[in-house]
Amino acid sequence: MAVTETSATTVMNNVEAVRATLYEAMKNDDRTVILGEDVGPRGNVFLITKDFIEEFGETRVIDTPIAEASIVGIAVGMAMEGLRPIAEIQFADFIYPAFNQIVGEAAKIRYRSNGEYTCPLVIRTPYGGGVRGALSHSVSIEALFYHVPGLKILAPSFPADMKGLLNAAIDDPDPVLFLEHKKTYRLIKGEVPNGHYTIPIGKANVLQEGTQLSVVSYGLYVHWALEAAKQLANEGMSVEVIDLRSIRPMDKETILKSVEKTRKLLIVHEDNKFGGIGAEISAMVAEEALFHLDAPIRRHCAPDVPAMGYALPLEEEYMSSPERIAQAMRELVAF
Amino acid sequence: MTDVGTRPQTLDKRGLSNDQLLAMFRNMLLQRQLDNRGFQLNRQGKVPFALGSEGHEAIQAGAAMAFRRGEDILAPYYRDLGLAVGIGLTPFEILLSLFARAEDHNGGRQFPNHYSSKAAGLMSFSSILAAHIPHAVGAAYAFKYRGETGRAVLATCGDGTTSEGEWHESMNFAAIHNLPFVMLVENNGWAISTPLSKQMAEPEIWKRAAGYGMPGRRFNGLDPIETYAVVNEAMERARSGGGPSLIEGTCYRFLAHSTDDNDMTYRTREMVEEYRKHDPVPAFEALLIDNGIATKERLDAMRKDVLRETNEATDAAEALPYPQPSDLYTHVYEGAWQPWQ
Repeated sequence: MAVTETSATTVMNNVEAVRATLYEAMKNDDRTVILGEDVGPRGNVFLITKDFIEEFGETRVIDTPIAEASIVGIAVGMAMEGLRPIAEIQFADFIYPAFNQIVGEAAKIRYRSNGEYTCPLVIRTPYGGGVRGALSHSVSIEALFYHVPGLKILAPSFPADMKGLLNAAIDDPDPVLFLEHKKTYRLIKGEVPNGHYTIPIGKANVLQEGTQLSVVSYGLYVHWALEAAKQLANEGMSVEVIDLRSIRPMDKETILKSVEKTRKLLIVHEDNKFGGIGAEISAMVAEEALFHLDAPIRRHCAPDVPAMGYALPLEEEYMSSPERIAQAMRELVAF
Repeated sequence: MTDVGTRPQTLDKRGLSNDQLLAMFRNMLLQRQLDNRGFQLNRQGKVPFALGSEGHEAIQAGAAMAFRRGEDILAPYYRDLGLAVGIGLTPFEILLSLFARAEDHNGGRQFPNHYSSKAAGLMSFSSILAAHIPHAVGAAYAFKYRGETGRAVLATCGDGTTSEGEWHESMNFAAIHNLPFVMLVENNGWAISTPLSKQMAEPEIWKRAAGYGMPGRRFNGLDPIETYAVVNEAMERARSGGGPSLIEGTCYRFLAHSTDDNDMTYRTREMVEEYRKHDPVPAFEALLIDNGIATKERLDAMRKDVLRETNEATDAAEALPYPQPSDLYTHVYEGAWQPWQ
């Protein structure tokens, strides 16, 4: 962590960490504008931009029409013309209309113009379930975008990482998709260093060291994996927990180093298994570290169905839990 | 078929000097020559693909004359060869794009006609229709946000592109924020093979302006002077804080969509011959001669000069190398990129 003027920390939840970081970015650089649905007087549906419009004005805090493709598309044009826009998609589920602007445009502008034009753009969006969000307020979208070179994708889990990585995203000269798990918004609190700092994009974080199993996760399930690892510790088993933080680029070295030590790998994510982030991690480990493994790679992911339902049993069946993750860990340790 | 108006009969210079009229005519000749060169090189097997803009010479020469280089930004589409050269791209740059040479602005990455030049104020764009319109609106927002009055963004598209959702979204946003933005539709009546009647029930696109709350106007895109006057009025309104406009010029597309298209599968030879009777290039030439702006000899010399310039640009660009295989890996992100493998 590259801390510049930190003398102390403040306890914040993830909403407060994102809000404080956006506030500083608006304060420090008048090229920064925020655009999205209900970011103005409403202050975003999670109150992340609360009171921003009073302080920075409606030319910098832009309530857009309900039109996701052009929220991103207009932000792309702003970025090409020298502003530093932060676009918000109100819920990740609503990002589909903007797919072309992200994949076909933002990710390719530097490349297609041979470096003549660039697209320094941050797209923030709350994702994830466990909040009775039903089919259209709870999806995970990372697998739809992580296939795309030219994009960076971040999914921090802790308030300190939210701040450090959002600062890095804002400073970054290329388009960054910044995913905020909405169930962690108020659930997760933590110490956040004061002052400006960035965390390098592309670095995973070993949250807990262990010797018998490596667990790689991101988002809400990082917290559940930590809980599960505690249960296993009480049972005398030693699990290493890695928070991926950055989905693209991915920290191959940290994963491989851990797997070479523990010789077993469990990938845990909320998104469904087929073609998910876990598929790329397992393929990479199989290619690079197969002969270090003492057990097949396992992926603990959502079932292969279109979405979690609104009814509680449907949501609970779709989502994992610390208990279920603990069980997956036990099985692999025992293999 | 769309009503395209008639070619100009009488000369009203609309404030343009004789030199400007001649510059527009030269631009039309250059566009026609470079356009044909792309198709010739394709038939010779020297380039895999070319896009034509024949029939759009007048609308593009007129629009380019209303563009202020160094101030305005152009967000064009792929049938805008005449606009590209009209705002300052050289024939050499056009040929670099056709031949996909390393020295091309895009490093030989993009299709021909997908120009990009920060120096000329020409925004990079893709083949995905209407995707560039929100970019143009975002750039116009940046102008207004920074208080840069005197600057405007000119975006162009064909008639088919106006069916896209992003086209509508962009018009709406530009109007809400009263942005320095001009939407110029080059309506040639065809979207590859799909005629206007299958694209929209109301064939006059400019009428949508009222729905967005901005001025709209339709004009004869076969007349470069009228085009200039309409585009200039809209650009001046945008530059001075008067907000966006939707303007629609009507013209023809003489060639197939591209070298890969066979337009005889959806329209007849007779139809195209009828279009060619309205060719804006000889019409404007006759107007200039009839009104004593230039002699036939002078315009013939200009035509020869354009051919010479095109030939020289062709030879110079063809002689240059392709990008290297290693160039595939650059400009993915800022700085060096280690691809995932």
